[in-house]
Amino acid sequence: MPTSAPGRFVLGFARHSGGIFLLAVKAFAMAFRRPLRLRLVVSHLYLDGIKSIPVIFLMSVFTGGVLALQSFYGLQRFGAEVFTGSLVGVSLTKELIPVLTGLMLAGRVSASYSAEIGTMAVTEQVDALFTFGVNPVQYLVSPRLAALLLMAPLLTLFGDFVGIMGGKVVATLVVNQNPNLFDSQLFRSLEIWDVLSGIIKSVFFGGAVAIVGSYFGLQTEGGARGVGRATTTAVVTASVIILVSDFFWSKILPFSLR
Amino acid sequence: MIRIRDLHKSFGPNRVLRGVNLDIEAGHTTTIIGGSGSGKSVLFKHIIGLLKPDAGSVTVDGVNICALKERELYGVVGKFGMVFQGGALFDSMTVGENVAFGIRQGREGGEPGIDIEAVVERSLEHVGLPQVAHLLPAELSGGMKKRVAIARAIAKQPSILMFDEPTTGLDPIMADVINELIIKVSASSEITAIVITHDMVSAYKISDKIAVLYEGEIIETGTVAEIRNSKSEIVRQFIEGRAAGPIQVGLK
Repeated sequence: MPTSAPGRFVLGFARHSGGIFLLAVKAFAMAFRRPLRLRLVVSHLYLDGIKSIPVIFLMSVFTGGVLALQSFYGLQRFGAEVFTGSLVGVSLTKELIPVLTGLMLAGRVSASYSAEIGTMAVTEQVDALFTFGVNPVQYLVSPRLAALLLMAPLLTLFGDFVGIMGGKVVATLVVNQNPNLFDSQLFRSLEIWDVLSGIIKSVFFGGAVAIVGSYFGLQTEGGARGVGRATTTAVVTASVIILVSDFFWSKILPFSLR
Repeated sequence: MIRIRDLHKSFGPNRVLRGVNLDIEAGHTTTIIGGSGSGKSVLFKHIIGLLKPDAGSVTVDGVNICALKERELYGVVGKFGMVFQGGALFDSMTVGENVAFGIRQGREGGEPGIDIEAVVERSLEHVGLPQVAHLLPAELSGGMKKRVAIARAIAKQPSILMFDEPTTGLDPIMADVINELIIKVSASSEITAIVITHDMVSAYKISDKIAVLYEGEIIETGTVAEIRNSKSEIVRQFIEGRAAGPIQVGLK
């Protein structure tokens, strides 16, 4: 066992990467195995999806608003402020809303998964599930994964709409742009593939949030302090995965760089 | 019948189990005693299949638990009812839902037509808590949690009941209530009970047989009378609760 800090980091990184990947495969496969935990899926759809709507709304409306504001004045320097609607629409749907929705879910949902499952782990509730013949991954992780794979793209789509509306409100009410001009530029440049590339990314981000939160929850040891550490690690790891993978998704998806 | 043979388990450099050999007879109550850190809980987790040994075997009714694949293990685990040290009640569910949990899970594989509510009521009455089904675990005292945990374990009618330090953290009267309860629920000749504890009052009261675990090995087994009259200095020191003796627990 290496005792140096870099050695421990490399070993820990390899162990956790492998663990997260294996958990993802296992949880996905078990989501389709009987008994289907539909009641749990529905409860997570509500708790982690529907109840995230207010925060996604706020995040989207202000992101769209500030983007419209900055774009307008930035483009005005080149006499190109007519393209504000285009810039807002494309930036939001391709990058900003999917990534920020993912980060919001990392903060809100990944933290709650790791804290809840972590508390269950340190109080032996996860072991107790096993003694009732219930697979903890199928009971705890698969329903969370299914819920977020479904909710993340829906929330992103919702955020796209709200963000563009926020941008339009600022463009028309704050910087007095003609609303028809905003719309016409938006619809002229925004393509279905822009929205779609963001949605595809968001499915991955949702899955990462669910798996990372659950993984660090299941790994929790050592009481309240362990739960705190697991929660921090889960939020940071999920956020880093979202930010780093976003770059590669943008590079890989065939229609994302048009 | 549970047969444990030459069971070894290490965590990193820490050798917790160093060749455990033990036979647990069906229909009796066997208590495993040992000091803190002697490997009792680790041994327990091997018996139910929660941990895999580095070497050795645990055979339950002729099936080697350690050789089973994960999916096969979930089929065997139905025989066991486990009462965890802190209760391990699911804190997002009411007491009633906790007690019903095992039966509900069992029903997915068959056994239709069980009146779950009646079983829950009967199980809670059995442990002397008929009025608490609607409460959440957080609203219960430590002793009540243990009793609900026992109700949850017996509700699914296991043939092997396991108790992890059932009297730890309870006042002497509540500890005796739990002892009586263990005797009551394991009275049937069909039930094999395994208890781990370091509470000698409890061990003497509930056991048919006592096994002493020391430094990862079973160093002595016998009836209550045999253990009380043990010639082993280690066993004597432990059951008499003396700081001085061959077991050195230093004050650092």
